[in-house]
Amino acid sequence: MKKSMNSQMDLYPEQYELHQQDLIRGPISRRKFFKRMGLGIASFVVVSDVVSAEILNQLDPSLAEDAIASWIHIDESGKITVFTGKVEVGQNIRTSLAQVVAEELFVEVEDIHLIMGDTDLTPYDRGTYGSLTTPQMAPILRKAAASVRELLKETAAKEWSVGKSGLQMEKGIVIHPSNGKRLSYSQLSQGKKLFQQVDSEVAVVPVSSWKVAGTSVPKIEGKSFITGRHKYVSDMALPGMVYGKILRAPANGAKLKNLDTSRAESMEGVTVVRNGDFVGVTAPDSPTANMALAMLEATWDRTPQPSRKDLFGHLKKTARNQPESKSELTDALSQASFKLNQTFTIDYIAHVPLEPRAGVAEWKGDKLTVWTGTQRPFGVQEELQRAFDIPKENVRVIMPDTGSGYGGKHTGEAGIEAAKLAKATGKPVKVTWTREEEFKWAYLRPAGVIDVRSGMDSSGKVTAWEFHNYNSGNAGIQAPYTIAAKHDQFLAADTPLRQGSYRALASTANIFAIESQFNDLAAEIGSDPLGFRLKHLQDERLTNALTACADKFGWDKSRKKDHGFGIACGAVKGGFVATCAEVSVHPETGEVKVIRLVTSFECGAIINPRHLESQVVGCVLQGLGGALFEAIDFKEGEVLNASISGYRVPRFADIPAIEVVLLDRKDLPPAGAGEAPIVAVAPAIRNAIFEVTGKKLNHLPMIPSGSITV
Amino acid sequence: MKINVNGKELTIDVTANPSLLEALREQLDLTGTKYGCGEGACGACKVLVNGTPLPACITPAVTVQGKKVITIEGLETNGELHPVQQAFLEVDAFQCAYCAPGMIINAVALLEKNSNPTKQEIVDAMNGNICRCCTYPQIVEAIYQAGKQLA
Ligand code: FES
Ligand code: FES
Repeated sequence: MKKSMNSQMDLYPEQYELHQQDLIRGPISRRKFFKRMGLGIASFVVVSDVVSAEILNQLDPSLAEDAIASWIHIDESGKITVFTGKVEVGQNIRTSLAQVVAEELFVEVEDIHLIMGDTDLTPYDRGTYGSLTTPQMAPILRKAAASVRELLKETAAKEWSVGKSGLQMEKGIVIHPSNGKRLSYSQLSQGKKLFQQVDSEVAVVPVSSWKVAGTSVPKIEGKSFITGRHKYVSDMALPGMVYGKILRAPANGAKLKNLDTSRAESMEGVTVVRNGDFVGVTAPDSPTANMALAMLEATWDRTPQPSRKDLFGHLKKTARNQPESKSELTDALSQASFKLNQTFTIDYIAHVPLEPRAGVAEWKGDKLTVWTGTQRPFGVQEELQRAFDIPKENVRVIMPDTGSGYGGKHTGEAGIEAAKLAKATGKPVKVTWTREEEFKWAYLRPAGVIDVRSGMDSSGKVTAWEFHNYNSGNAGIQAPYTIAAKHDQFLAADTPLRQGSYRALASTANIFAIESQFNDLAAEIGSDPLGFRLKHLQDERLTNALTACADKFGWDKSRKKDHGFGIACGAVKGGFVATCAEVSVHPETGEVKVIRLVTSFECGAIINPRHLESQVVGCVLQGLGGALFEAIDFKEGEVLNASISGYRVPRFADIPAIEVVLLDRKDLPPAGAGEAPIVAVAPAIRNAIFEVTGKKLNHLPMIPSGSITV
Repeated sequence: MKINVNGKELTIDVTANPSLLEALREQLDLTGTKYGCGEGACGACKVLVNGTPLPACITPAVTVQGKKVITIEGLETNGELHPVQQAFLEVDAFQCAYCAPGMIINAVALLEKNSNPTKQEIVDAMNGNICRCCTYPQIVEAIYQAGKQLA
């Protein structure tokens, strides 16, 4: 099955970060920006301010200088608005970004208004994923806010004919150095049209004196969520709106053979829309739409499709390349005193965002507006532009704060389906996927097979390491340890089910294999798994994370009877994480209980400790599901457990005692936290089970039934 | 058909036999009650029917005739948040917050019966509600604190 580059990019945008031309095809040039801004004071950021030199080299420099990437504006009333194409899916960046801006402008977080993810109002952004918001957007908004602050001061200084340096600022007011006169931001913005590019050299408030940033500010607009007032896309309704449902194939690869729509069409208020293989119905309410869908009589041609029982063989058989074997590696392996070869297998898992995909679409003439919960509003805008062959300016995509994504909402299916139905019926349409559709037709975290061969010399030094990953991906494939002969390779294969990004991408699979294998090597020579790792580690930050975790956990303490300890670590996207696990295994029944998890995490300077901790805890506990029991079951192209009752996710009762150690590195730029902390959970648990039973569980999920054979 | 929601007598159309969830969301614009699974397995759609938390997704609207339905929108009294809502805010017990309404409704019912539950009792009573963002420890903490408040 060949996929076009485009669909690959939609599903794995992180892996195509160098395809940056899109950044400067963004709609907002300087000229447009100046034209559309009202009066006030603003600082803006252009694309060349935000992207790395490596990427900049591939762009047209004059365009990159011209394309606006974000801005902060103070209008005449003193209202402060930040425009960014990033989106909020529960990672609380609306709050953390407001914090860094408030800090520089000497105002409260509530004074900052963020406009996010709206293709008409915000500058182009390639998407909210890959833990990039905090490392990229936070520092630049910090500078933009500081630049606005300097503009405010300059304006006040001019007004009073004094020097800028003696001016004080507090709570949205500039204060005269000697006579105590005050000018509010609103007064300073009156009648001005003062727009400047961000000053990359501007002094920002040092992290050590942060008062708003670096503290646990509660979620912005938290109240609208706990009162049910916040409108997620699935909650929206437009005047005259109808509800849409889409006819789905019974399995992957099935083609529509015959369709009889007459019974559905005879229902009152129902419209059936057919365009090639796209078939949908609309009705004035969803029970009627569901009924109409059930009335469609379709027959299908099915093609042979793989089943779960053939999955791992299939991935190896269909690999697009041959695994390479390097001669220096073969030599190192043959000279090794101890050798260990293992295979690890990883099942597909689903994101299961609690809010399924939803889209609302409305056409006005040839102009289309789509509201949808996506991590890539501008990507969806392009999908819509392609689907309807209309100019991009005619498509507006708006993304209200959404019911989570975890990497699973990079695409815009529901929005596109709604737009197709809306076009055909001439009415606004809402399409909300059912849980079953979400399991069957969204995309999954890739399954994979990982072969590892390794060798040690007689002193217990790992000397050879060969690592082949089939299908699950490249991310996190490099072992962080110092090993003389090393080779790792990712081999793309044919995936039986639709797959794409997931929190931390393939790192969950690769680090599971790396950390299991490394642990087993330590065991081969009776070495302490912590000491063995430290001996092979050079990276200072990962070393710190490991020792901080082990200290907090009490790694050296003696184990209770039938209890085992396990440890694992990893470095992902600027985040350094280690997890220690304590498990108990019942000596007769083999029932496994995860008793305790301690995770240490370091991602540079901390902007909001409580939200960071919440992200880390969320990652770790979500990781518990993939480690222990989550797996997609499928037969001949059909997902068999497409429901919450059939696919187990972590619940309250599954949650062990959990502790988080946050390492604050005020001297280092902040990195994102929505992904890295997930990676060490599974191997830490696996290694703990190994310690107490000697059993090597090399398959994810490890204990779907809750117990192992003892 | 007449239906009593949040203390008000309202009218809904039951010709298409909607679930209570569909009727609340599509006919009464009470969208705080969420869909998560449609099979009574996630708790996102919980509402109080005569004080008992029920999954509205598998409750046919016609079955609540003559009963009192309370949704998340009906928990405030005179503009004051319910102590459980207040505790959720204070503890910041959510990420995307999509699960929060169902969690809060279920917790309110728990505290009605047992105003000062232990953490284990909270875990047992809440196990039918899923938070996919896994904000579980914070949710337990919020309910625990609300309990302390009410006790
Ligand atoms: S939607 Fe009703 S329990 Fe999940
Ligand atoms: S906060 Fe996202 S599902 Fe609970």
